[in-house]
Amino acid sequence: MKTKLSRIALAAFVSFNVFNSAFAAEDTIKVGIMHSLSGTMAISEASLKDEMLMLIEEQNKKGGLLGKKIEAVVVDPASDWPLFAEKSRELLTKDKVSAVFGCWTSVSRKAVLPVFEELNGLLFYPVQYEGEESSRNIIYTGAAPNQQSIPAIDYLMNDIGVKRWVLAGTDYVFPRTANKIIEAYLKQHGVASEDIMINYTPFGHSDWQSIVSEIKSFGSSGKKTAVVSTLNGDANVPFYKELANQGISASDIPVMAFSVGEEELSGIDTAPLEGHLAAWNYFQSVESSENADFIEKFRKFTKNPNRVTNDPMEAHYIGFNLWVKAVEKAGTTDVDKVLDTIVGIKTNNLTGGTAEVLPNHHITKPVLIGEIQSDGQFQVVWETDKEVKGDAWSDYLEGSKDLISDWTAPIKCGNYNVKTKKCLGSQSN
Amino acid sequence: MLLTVLFISTVYAAEPDYEISKSLKDSLTDSKAKSRDNAIAILSEDLSEQNILVLNKLKNGLVYYDSQKEIFLKESVESNCYIQPSTSQKVCNLKLRRSGISTLQKKKIESILLKSALFSSNDSDRAKAVKKLLEIESQNDLPSEETIDKLIRQESQKEIYKDLKIVEALIQSRSPELGVQKLISCIDILEEKGNAACIQAIDRLKLSTNSEVSQRATKAASSLSFSKSISDFFEKIFFGLSLGSVLVLAAVGLSITFGVMGVINMAHGELIMLGAYTVWIIQQIMPQSMGLALFISIPCAFIVSAFFGILIEHFVIRHLSGRPLETLLATFGISLILQQLVRTLFSPLNRAVATPEFLQGSVQITSNLSITCNRLSIIFFSLVVFAVIVLVMKKTRLGLEVRAVSQNRAIAKAMGIKAEKVDVLTFGLGSGIAGVAGVALSQITNVGPNLGQSYIIDSFMVVVFGGAGNLWGTLTGGLIMGIANKLLEPVSGAMLSKIIILIALILFIQKRPRGLFPQRGRAAED
Repeated sequence: MKTKLSRIALAAFVSFNVFNSAFAAEDTIKVGIMHSLSGTMAISEASLKDEMLMLIEEQNKKGGLLGKKIEAVVVDPASDWPLFAEKSRELLTKDKVSAVFGCWTSVSRKAVLPVFEELNGLLFYPVQYEGEESSRNIIYTGAAPNQQSIPAIDYLMNDIGVKRWVLAGTDYVFPRTANKIIEAYLKQHGVASEDIMINYTPFGHSDWQSIVSEIKSFGSSGKKTAVVSTLNGDANVPFYKELANQGISASDIPVMAFSVGEEELSGIDTAPLEGHLAAWNYFQSVESSENADFIEKFRKFTKNPNRVTNDPMEAHYIGFNLWVKAVEKAGTTDVDKVLDTIVGIKTNNLTGGTAEVLPNHHITKPVLIGEIQSDGQFQVVWETDKEVKGDAWSDYLEGSKDLISDWTAPIKCGNYNVKTKKCLGSQSN
Repeated sequence: MLLTVLFISTVYAAEPDYEISKSLKDSLTDSKAKSRDNAIAILSEDLSEQNILVLNKLKNGLVYYDSQKEIFLKESVESNCYIQPSTSQKVCNLKLRRSGISTLQKKKIESILLKSALFSSNDSDRAKAVKKLLEIESQNDLPSEETIDKLIRQESQKEIYKDLKIVEALIQSRSPELGVQKLISCIDILEEKGNAACIQAIDRLKLSTNSEVSQRATKAASSLSFSKSISDFFEKIFFGLSLGSVLVLAAVGLSITFGVMGVINMAHGELIMLGAYTVWIIQQIMPQSMGLALFISIPCAFIVSAFFGILIEHFVIRHLSGRPLETLLATFGISLILQQLVRTLFSPLNRAVATPEFLQGSVQITSNLSITCNRLSIIFFSLVVFAVIVLVMKKTRLGLEVRAVSQNRAIAKAMGIKAEKVDVLTFGLGSGIAGVAGVALSQITNVGPNLGQSYIIDSFMVVVFGGAGNLWGTLTGGLIMGIANKLLEPVSGAMLSKIIILIALILFIQKRPRGLFPQRGRAAED
């Protein structure tokens, strides 16, 4: 009732489009930017819009693309999932954009996926997600589970020696799927069912007293315990605060978070979070010349010397550069031709390595594990030796371990079963 | 702690010829935390006073280096001054890089330092070290029995002696060959302490081959688990009271506007949010004294939210009197406007409201039961706010007029009460209290544009459950809902418990449409 009402009202309230028509319409290549600038997700998505505008401006200064200027078309889907689908239809049919950079939540990606497939668009999706999906029309520049959660679990298991596991998540698609994969992985590594505690809470849950107390007693059995947190956004701060209040420090029960980044930390008092962990493919604190350059440019562009950068921003940086390279190589912005050339294209990431587009439309990424510092930044405490290849279909789930995704000839399928040698097609997505 | 650091640093300053070796320097000035493993290994080879100092600084994240890879030790977390070990000069306000360290490495340093702290001549250091031993998760990490034996013989402090005895019992409980009498006396000591490590040790002794020992251990375990279940129950009640008092705080303003005036104000949550933002602004103005800022924000938040409430009343609600559906939609629109206003003014990101020191941490009541300070103060705070409102409604002229207008508007007007003025003041009062609730909520949840949304539905539920217009109904209703929620949560999970409460409330309203404490008298008839 409440969400429905708010959805209608929000749609009415903020259904405006911002057109950056700085250049003459004929001689430009249009790029869609579809991130929520209002509503609950604005907290995370708004800075991706700023970043994309910066990248496009920079490319135009370098002379544009194929001799044309790039024109950004910014739409605001207002954190409203059906509106994402409407807006992408508008971008693809009315504005005829060559590529769209957008979405954050998995729900919004699931909402636009049929539109992009129907109208043969091209979407760059920048956020770590739960996997179990591969579309010809989407390039996943965020991490698949094997590029974030599985290495993080390995770190907890091998380096910290964790024996008991609390999987705490917000109740929606990403945590549910991610926890299913993690649970299967843990069981394969000999963790008994009674050593795994799974807990789901509603969005924005703020009263953590009894759950934290439960975690505390779950962790007092003498076996090293850790929390694997897929808590989303607003639920995090009260959770960490309650942990600190009940006297649980990062050295007692560490929390490994998959959705807490620099941007989220910039709005909170980080003292109670110090020492807790997060797994990403990029941290602002990583020292590399590309990264220093990027941070400086972004701060200059937003005219804010304290702006932070985060992992999805790096994903868009990589995604945009990959697209530019693919378009230059193909000599056209035609989606089919770009998709044919984009596999195998490489570009520098911000942590001193390279990102390569794989046949499954995921990319290679290094995995970093960082500890939260008192200044809201992360200290990298562990990293993979080289980039990890993104795997769309988890190897640890029944029904998905035989599937692979390969968009190059001759397979050309997002869910190809290697045992039956058949392509399942769109029905299983 | 601070004293010891100061103490060590003065000792240290007297010996300026401390040299940091090249390999140590390299491993401290690398940007990767992994290199610190090497630094810790080098430092722990020789536990000299200087090395212990550096280890301590490293553990607390106070080791810095500059671009020339020169090491600096920060004086304390708050200080801006550093000491350069090679020259022992004090320098201030430098721009340096921190030598970062992982929690694992911190723990390693802690266990290295623990061993030397056990033999420290400083009583409080030693007491702390022994207390640490009692919390060690894996008993393989405990020192040997001989070490403890030696410590017990030297110990003169009664408290530390007692704790050492428990540590001894923990170690001895692992050796079944000790003999029945010895093991049973171990169990006695462990039962008395009864913390997690002791419970584990007792559980292990339950499996003893000696029947006498295992019987004694079983008895101890069951009595411990009984006392644990009692404290668990009290803990749940406390959690429930704390959640309930938050609900009461959020709902009591609504109880006045909705219950007394009959106005459905969907923007009530946003008035709470404005109160929370007031705390943030005042903390920005006076960053030196967070605690004082919090107290100052109570009246300020009241004024800010009351001001916005009066504006809403004056420009919107007044013109829609008697049309509840339109009021609902209009105030819902206002709530969206306020949210977006805050988003544009302060950014969509949450704002960091600091919790003053006296509200952090928890009070230990028994070994199993501890109560967090911020929750305790919110329970207390909400009771105070509630008492003030009851006094205002019962003892003041305004309260009398409000009650008169709410009971019968026409007759109240005939008696010379200016009903419009009373409406404005009532709405201002209700809104102001929402602002005060925001001050309390800023301490336990995110201060962001969406803060209000998460409390508006709960507030309406409390008011409907308690009985519209009845303040005591709001109090009991809120507390009952809080406790019910917390008793259900461990059984059914957070999601389901919310649903169950909602269904129970709907069923309850079917039986008693006017809530727990229905309004009596003629006013209730219409």
